[in-house]
Amino acid sequence: MELKDLYEGFRNPQTIKSFASEIAKEAESLAEPLRVMEVCGGHTHTIMKYGLLQILPENIKFVHGPGCPVCIMPKERIDHAISLAKMDNAILCTLGDMIRVPGSKSSLAKERANGADIRALYSPLDIIKIAKENSDKNVVFFAIGFETTTPMTAAIIDYVVKNRISNVYFHINHVLVPPAVRAIMNPGKAKINAFIGPSHVSVITGSKIYEPLSDEYKTPIVVSGFEPVDVMEAILMLVKQKNSGKAEVEIEYKRSVTREGNVKAQELIEKYLEVRGHFRWRGIGDIPESALKLKDEYSYLDAEILFKDKLSNEEIDDHKQCICGTILQGLAYPQDCKVFAKVCTPNNPLGSCMVSDEGACNAYYRYGSIDNE
Amino acid sequence: MCLSIPSKVEKIDENNMATVDTMGVKRDISLDLMADDVQIGDYILIHVGFAMNKIDKEEAEQSLKVYEEMVEAMQAQEDSP
Amino acid sequence: MRTTDMGVLIMSNSVQLSQGGGASESNALVNDLFYKYFSNEILLKSEDAAVLQVNRNIAFTTDSYTVNPIFFKGGDIGKISIAGTTNDLAMMGAKPLYLSCGFIIEEGFAYDDLERIVKSMADELKNSGAKIVCGDTKVVPRGAVDKIFINTSGIGEVQAQNISSHNLAEDDVILVSRDIGAHGATILSEREELSITSDLRSDCTSLWSVVEKVLENNITPSAMRDATRGGLAAVLNEWADTSNVCIELQEDAIPVQNEVKGICEIFGFEPTDFANEGTFVLSVKKSDAQKTLEILKEYSQNAAIIGTVTTKRVGKVIINTAYGSSRYLDMPKGELLPRIC
Repeated sequence: MELKDLYEGFRNPQTIKSFASEIAKEAESLAEPLRVMEVCGGHTHTIMKYGLLQILPENIKFVHGPGCPVCIMPKERIDHAISLAKMDNAILCTLGDMIRVPGSKSSLAKERANGADIRALYSPLDIIKIAKENSDKNVVFFAIGFETTTPMTAAIIDYVVKNRISNVYFHINHVLVPPAVRAIMNPGKAKINAFIGPSHVSVITGSKIYEPLSDEYKTPIVVSGFEPVDVMEAILMLVKQKNSGKAEVEIEYKRSVTREGNVKAQELIEKYLEVRGHFRWRGIGDIPESALKLKDEYSYLDAEILFKDKLSNEEIDDHKQCICGTILQGLAYPQDCKVFAKVCTPNNPLGSCMVSDEGACNAYYRYGSIDNE
Repeated sequence: MCLSIPSKVEKIDENNMATVDTMGVKRDISLDLMADDVQIGDYILIHVGFAMNKIDKEEAEQSLKVYEEMVEAMQAQEDSP
Repeated sequence: MRTTDMGVLIMSNSVQLSQGGGASESNALVNDLFYKYFSNEILLKSEDAAVLQVNRNIAFTTDSYTVNPIFFKGGDIGKISIAGTTNDLAMMGAKPLYLSCGFIIEEGFAYDDLERIVKSMADELKNSGAKIVCGDTKVVPRGAVDKIFINTSGIGEVQAQNISSHNLAEDDVILVSRDIGAHGATILSEREELSITSDLRSDCTSLWSVVEKVLENNITPSAMRDATRGGLAAVLNEWADTSNVCIELQEDAIPVQNEVKGICEIFGFEPTDFANEGTFVLSVKKSDAQKTLEILKEYSQNAAIIGTVTTKRVGKVIINTAYGSSRYLDMPKGELLPRIC
């Protein structure tokens, strides 16, 4: 098997067609429509990009989930990043899309254009290099991401601690999938009866983290890969579970996900980070124990503590017309938003769902307009 | 952000960094999150500059085989009058 | 070639600004470099303006080149400045004849680099068949430009009429002359901060010879365009809009090299958004499609028929997959990669 088989084999048009046909057959026996939430924004992207909505039966509906770490960041946290960037002698580093997300008045991209030293990194490994090359500056890493990205931050913390690097600090915004799923399911409004579990969160955590959710809400959860064949296979597995009255955790993405996950990565996280009591999610509000922070013995690295006087915790609401919060809870779709694709576009985003590649609004804008006609 | 791509390991150096190839594009990534022994020729999943896990070749091949059989069955059905 | 009130002095292997520098220093640069490499009888007349004769309708275009990095696999800013402008002429069915060339050079720019660029331009001029007949050089203080910017304007002799983005017709066939995205992917891969290596090369090249062959075979395309900034997506959307038609593409027919796919996977881009500097798109009558493909294939094995012109959703470009779904291919949003050409 060659590397390209890992791409092409899981994007093969004939395979996708076959699954569409199998799903159509199996879905005929569904007692009620399948309302499946794909938790992860990457899956939303796959579904829209490959036009999967067009080849699935009418009684299978997707409800888009909150699995977009940029999208769920409340404005006041983005303002933290901006305040940290504006400190004297600071270099603010973050990954990817975070740069363009609007805070209450500005964004990191705008501040960079105004002269702040803000770096968009492809990997947190670059922080070490930047810190070494700028020993007179404070390098602050604005760390975001679900469980997929947390181990990488932990690896950098590990390096900084072991090598006693004195000019690197962390602002931790890592969040967790299970509490977010609970926050969406508990109110009972989204009417979800199946889940597609995130691909790469699961590589790290293992599929075991979904077992309590499946038991509690009596819903089947299938952990799926990112390719269109993976998503189609996962949907077939969900429909089959429904038709046989099961509500279990299954792994479709067997080539990368196990029940236990990457134990080394998990241990590294547990060494330096712990669950924090509260964290406000954009649109959803406070979800207890849904995010991480540095452990007390490493508080000397914690930018939220060291630079407390520069950071405001006043809660800032979204733009009045922005319904990202409602979309993130699975209660609305992008086209329900009055400003979607009119005032709010990837070039001029009002809300974070439009900025990030994993945001539902971004995915619908880029790929979905044909479905809305 | 969660998007991660399979790549092939071509070289490993003494600092636990590997050179990986993604369809002809080569990058250096860290193996610090890998507990298992990573060998040259392994396929691994990369995320923001780190290897996250090894792809299980057998499972992948098994899946692809199942898909092939499914497609053949579908095409046989389409061809039959 | 005339320089200005600010003379140009070559000192310690770099181009210098020299206050009140006289004609002698300027002439050194002009003679040793520009006249030597761009030599032709019109240029060497060294007048204030070149006097030209063109027998048919004239096509006229201009472009400025600010690509970063200035040297990349498969080309450099010099090569692009010739290929880019002569290609614009070729896309209108005009044989490229005469170019002007303006350099704006940052003080301290290495003379060897300048020579390398000029030599590259001379090579590409031969490829395209055009001549540089007039030009200008300015040297500006450090920081006023980033290393070097080049402007070329070009005149061509129109050989075929009615090639226009207004002329696409229903049932026309869309072809592409080779695999897409190589230039944009190469530039991205060579941006220093990304630390990736690959065998990617820019597709930068002059296209007149292949266009000439198409025209000589009595094929007059409805439209032709090189897919520069904004890539295939930009060209096709502009055509759909200007001609008021729908363009439908077969996704698996669009040729893309593996390495371009690799870069797209890593950075989340689409090959259809990447710039090309030696790849063009044609819309031809259905009856001409096969013959056009054969001619294009003489220049690149990866030439392909990728779609047709319909009226399904006028003004839009649709990508159809082999498993029965479709999506719009929209104009790329914003500046994907600044200073791509």
